[in-house]
Amino acid sequence: MSEIENKAENGSMESAGECTAGDTKDDKGLGLGVIFFIVAFVVCFLSGTLLFPKLLYSKKEQPFNFDHALHVSEAGDCETCHSLRDDGTFAGIPKLETCLDCHSEDVLGDSKDEAVFVEKYVSKEKEVPWYIYSRQPDSVFFSHAAHIDGAGMDCVTCHGPIGKSTSLKPYEENRITGYSRDIWGKNIFGIKKHSWDRMKMDDCAECHKKETGFKGYCFQCHK
Amino acid sequence: MKQENNKEHKFGMVIDLDKCTGCGSCMVSCMSENNVPFKEDESNKKDSITWMRVYKLTNGKSFPDTETAYLPRPCMHCAGKGGHGHSPCVSVCPATATEYGHDTGIVSQIYTRCFGCRYCMGACPYHARYFNWWDPKWPEGMENYLSPNVSPRMRGVVEKCSFCYHRYQAARDKAYHEGRNDIEENEFQTACTTACPAGAIVFGDLNNPAHKVHQIVKPDPHPDKWNRHVVGKSRNPKVFRLLERLGTNPKIYYLSEREWIRRKGDNYLDGEWDKIKNHHGSSSHG
Repeated sequence: MSEIENKAENGSMESAGECTAGDTKDDKGLGLGVIFFIVAFVVCFLSGTLLFPKLLYSKKEQPFNFDHALHVSEAGDCETCHSLRDDGTFAGIPKLETCLDCHSEDVLGDSKDEAVFVEKYVSKEKEVPWYIYSRQPDSVFFSHAAHIDGAGMDCVTCHGPIGKSTSLKPYEENRITGYSRDIWGKNIFGIKKHSWDRMKMDDCAECHKKETGFKGYCFQCHK
Repeated sequence: MKQENNKEHKFGMVIDLDKCTGCGSCMVSCMSENNVPFKEDESNKKDSITWMRVYKLTNGKSFPDTETAYLPRPCMHCAGKGGHGHSPCVSVCPATATEYGHDTGIVSQIYTRCFGCRYCMGACPYHARYFNWWDPKWPEGMENYLSPNVSPRMRGVVEKCSFCYHRYQAARDKAYHEGRNDIEENEFQTACTTACPAGAIVFGDLNNPAHKVHQIVKPDPHPDKWNRHVVGKSRNPKVFRLLERLGTNPKIYYLSEREWIRRKGDNYLDGEWDKIKNHHGSSSHG
């Protein structure tokens, strides 16, 4: 037998010896290891689900609260304020001019939000700097006309029952990308319960596939 | 949905090289329409980006027989061999960042998807694609003049002519709003077409016989009988496409009365031109 083989044999003997020696101790060691693993998992899991979104998203309050439910009951429907222009483009959040169709420098209701609106914006003729929850990245083209006029869809399908809300939630911005959290979805696991929970490309493609049989060419929604 | 039921479009262009004066209006309008960044030194052609580029052609003869012509070159929006959408650039893209739209015949380029490998630039026989070596830089205040309908590109991605696709999107928006199924010919025209002072560029739907581009080009509905890869060949003997024999099937057609210009459309061997001058792209004569 050569020296190397000798060594190898001794080596394996040694390690085998250690193993058996370890096995007797292992009962306790294994238990501690499992506990340590579970504790570490729980810590990581909780920080990932609770702490990480707080770090990732900054919270911003809207300039003042807006009661959608009240305005819908007063003005009728979504289209009264959020309209399509004559050329088919979507006007989005109304400009001050649209608000002034009903509002004036006299406060209509008794909420202090309207007082803020009149004092800070109407009297100064300044546009309200709303944060837009559904603002898409620059590379996205979205045609409201195609979905409302072409496909006859309701606002609720993508925007949710926002018309029934009485207050505005804080705007959460992804600190890295600068996009609204409503694009990625509120649920950190990406689980979707309603059609309006997320506004990612896959969500568009999913509905297009279902309704038209084809997810669409790139240029259909990109610019 | 309506748009899927619509008949397929095949947008294309015919450029009259006898009308083109080489003024460069198409290049300027294209750059400003599509937020194409300009460089400190635009003469550095390895760096500058020109979706539409005007080339100068000469017949190579000396005075008094010398003649000059100008050839504007946008993206050819190739339909690929047999017209099945296998454009040279599309078939090599590993990121699916470029795609042939069978509904419009337009080759898209998605900047957010592109990671800048530049295979497509190598594959394109027309040098229609450009790489952003640098982030775009606009002189102060000029950001306000950018078009919101076209997304600007960052460094490290490839860009090219889109046939002003955003104008198609806008035209379709209007059609939807007015309850129409389809757009009119004049509702979707590219920036270069509308800017050309000589009216040398005609743009429209090659599938629609009512469109002017169709009437000039008269595309052959059948594949070429000598080279089955070539489809949509013009039945107008004055009309040719660049490197037609490759079978890339561009949707940019050129029109000229002058034979020496038509001959510049491909690399013909000695004597080859005389045999096929009335059937551009018909055969490789291999």
